[in-house]
Amino acid sequence: MNKLEQQQFEYLLRLGDSDLILGQRLSAWLGHAPVLEEEMATGNVALDLVGQARSWLGLAGEIEGAGRDADRLAYFRDAFDYRNVLLAERPNGDYAYTIMRQFLYDAYHYPLLERLSASADERIREVAAKSLKEVQYHVRRSSEWVIRMGDGTRESHDRIQAALDDLWMYTGEMLTPDEVDQALLETGVAADLERVAGAWHERVREVTAEATLVIPDESWMQQGGKQGRHTEHLGYILAEMQFLPRAYPDARW
Amino acid sequence: MSKDWPLWEVFIRSKHGLSHKHVGSIHATDAEMAMNNARDVYTRRNEGASIWVVPSAQIVSSAPGDKEMLFDPSNDKVYRHPTFYEVPSDVENM
Amino acid sequence: MYSQFVDTGAQGKSTGQDASEQERAFQARIDEGISIEPKDWMPEKYRKTLVRQISQHAHSEIVGMLPEGNWITRAPSLRRKLILLAKVQDEAGHGLYLYSAAETLGASRDELLDALHEGRAKYSSIFNYPTLTWADIGAIGWLVDGAAIMNQVPLCRCSYGPYARAMVRVCKEESFHQRQGYELLLEMVNGTDDQKAMAQDALNRWWWPSLMMFGPADGDSIHTQQSMAWKIKRHTNDELRQRFIDQTVPQAHYLGLEIPDPDLRWNEETGHYDIGEINWDEFWNVVNGNGPCNRERLAARRKAYEDGAWVREAAQAYADKQQQRRAAA
Repeated sequence: MNKLEQQQFEYLLRLGDSDLILGQRLSAWLGHAPVLEEEMATGNVALDLVGQARSWLGLAGEIEGAGRDADRLAYFRDAFDYRNVLLAERPNGDYAYTIMRQFLYDAYHYPLLERLSASADERIREVAAKSLKEVQYHVRRSSEWVIRMGDGTRESHDRIQAALDDLWMYTGEMLTPDEVDQALLETGVAADLERVAGAWHERVREVTAEATLVIPDESWMQQGGKQGRHTEHLGYILAEMQFLPRAYPDARW
Repeated sequence: MSKDWPLWEVFIRSKHGLSHKHVGSIHATDAEMAMNNARDVYTRRNEGASIWVVPSAQIVSSAPGDKEMLFDPSNDKVYRHPTFYEVPSDVENM
Repeated sequence: MYSQFVDTGAQGKSTGQDASEQERAFQARIDEGISIEPKDWMPEKYRKTLVRQISQHAHSEIVGMLPEGNWITRAPSLRRKLILLAKVQDEAGHGLYLYSAAETLGASRDELLDALHEGRAKYSSIFNYPTLTWADIGAIGWLVDGAAIMNQVPLCRCSYGPYARAMVRVCKEESFHQRQGYELLLEMVNGTDDQKAMAQDALNRWWWPSLMMFGPADGDSIHTQQSMAWKIKRHTNDELRQRFIDQTVPQAHYLGLEIPDPDLRWNEETGHYDIGEINWDEFWNVVNGNGPCNRERLAARRKAYEDGAWVREAAQAYADKQQQRRAAA
C-alpha cells in the first residue's frame, strides 16, 4: 500500500471497528432487555451495525490487497490493531447507559455518513448511503429514549444523567480530526469532522435540553481509540469475540 | 391492575396499491414508540410500505351476538351481485 | 412441545350429556372447522387451557433466547453472528406474537410473566440444557427448531383464530431457523477433526432432550383427548415424536453422525424407526426444576424483568406527563 492507501485502510478500519464493537456490545442485550419490544429494537440496531462493519471491513481488506477479508480482519487482529472509537467499547451498564452511549454515537454516526455519502470514493459512497437510512432510524429512536428517560421518573432522570456524565469524556475523540482524517479530507474521501462535530453538538444540545439533562462542563477528552490505544475493556471483548477462530485457526465456519 | 404498557394494533400496507391489513399488536407508551415498535417487530422481512398504529382501546368492534342482525340480512340481497342478471352471451363487454 | 403439559382442567373430553347447550354449539362450531375469535363465547376451560398453552409457548420462546443468545458474542464469523442475532431476535418476536394472542383471551403480559418468574408457569424442558460448544447452535437449529416446526405447522389450523394466525407468522419466519442449524453442522462435519467431534458431541447431548420435547407418552398424557377435540392440539405426542424421528435419522446419516441410541433400528413392518427407552425420570426432573440450567434460566429472566422495571415506568411516566401537558395547553 502506498501512503494514501494506508490512510484509507486506517480510515475504513475506524468505521468498521466502531460499528463492530458497538454491535457486539449491543448484541449482549438479547434475552435481557427491559421489555420484548426493546429486544426487537436492540436486535435490529445490532444487526445494522454488524452488517455495516462487514461492509467497511470488506472494503478495508480490498484496499489493503493482502487477501484479508472482513472476517480475517475482525477475528485476527489484536487490540492495538483495532481502530474503534473508545465510546463503542464502553460496557453496557444499565439500560440508560446503553441508550446514552447509543445516542452519543448515533448523533455522530448520522452526520458522518451523510458526508460520506458524498465521498470522492464511490465504494465508500455506496456503503454510506445504504447505512445512512439505517442510522437515520437509530438516531431518531435513541433520541426519543433519551428524552423519555430524562423527562420520565426521578430515577430514570438520575440514571441517564449519570450515563451522560460518565460517557462525556469519550465523545471528543470522534469529533477531533487527526492526521488520517485530515489527509483524506483533502482528497475528498473522508468526512469533514468539524462539520460532523457541529451537527453533533446541535443535536446533543437539543435532545438533552428536551430531556432536561445537563451537559457536563468537563472539557478533558480521552483520545486514542482511533490510533489503537484502547481501554482495558477491548481486550475482553476481543477475547470473547475471537475465541473460536483463534482456538481453531484451520477451521471454517 | 396490569402494569403493561398500553396495547396498540398494527396495520401494515405491504405493497403500494394494497390496503392496510391487521398484522398483530405491540405495547408502547406513546405514538412514536408504537410506530417504532411496530416497525421493529412487524417489518423485519421487507414486509412494509406503510404502517398504521391504533390504540387497541380505541377500536370499536361489533358484538358476536349481533352477528345475525348485522350480517344475515345481506344474505338474500342477491340482486346486488352481477351473477343475478342474465345477459345473452353474445352481448359483449358486460 | 413448546407447551408440553397443558392442563385442560378435565380428564378425557367433556362433550357428553353434561355439556350445556352453549357448549354443544361451541363444539359443533369447532367440528365444522369455524375458528373461534376473541369475543365469541367459549367455555371457561377452553379459555384457560388456551391461555396456559399459548403462554407456555411464549415463555419457551423467550427462555429459549438464553441458551443461543449466549453464543451471539462468540459466533465464529460475521455471517454467523448476523444469522444468530436475527434468529434470537426472531424468538423474541415469536414470544411477542404469542403473548399478544394470549392477551386477546383477557390475560395480561405482565401477569403471564409473573407466573413464569414465580415458577408457576412451565416452559419447554429443552431450554434447561446448556449450550457448551458452537456445534450446539447447529444442533438447536436442526433438532430443537425441527421438532418445534413439527408441532407448530398443524397449529396453524388450530381452532382459536389469533393463535392460529400467530403460528402462521411464526412458521413462516422459522423456516430459516432449522436450515441454518443444519447448514452450520454440515460445515462442521466437513471441517477439521475437532469440528466433527464437536458436532457429534452436540448430537449426543441434544438427541434425547429433543425427543422429550414432544412431551410424555400418549398413555401418560391425560389432557390430549380434550385438547384434540378442541382442535388446539392436532396430533398426539407420540405421533409427532415418531414423525420427527423418521425424518431426522436420515438427516443425521447424511451428516455422517451417529445417533446416540444403540437400540435404534429401522422396522420393516411398521415402516418406522424403533428407538430405545426414553429416560422419563430425567424428563420429569428437568420439568420440575432439576435440569442443569433451570435456576439460571429463570434467574436471568427475572433479573431482566426486574432491572427493566424502571425503564418501563419511565416511559409510562413520560407519556403521562406529555398527555397532561397537551391537556393543559
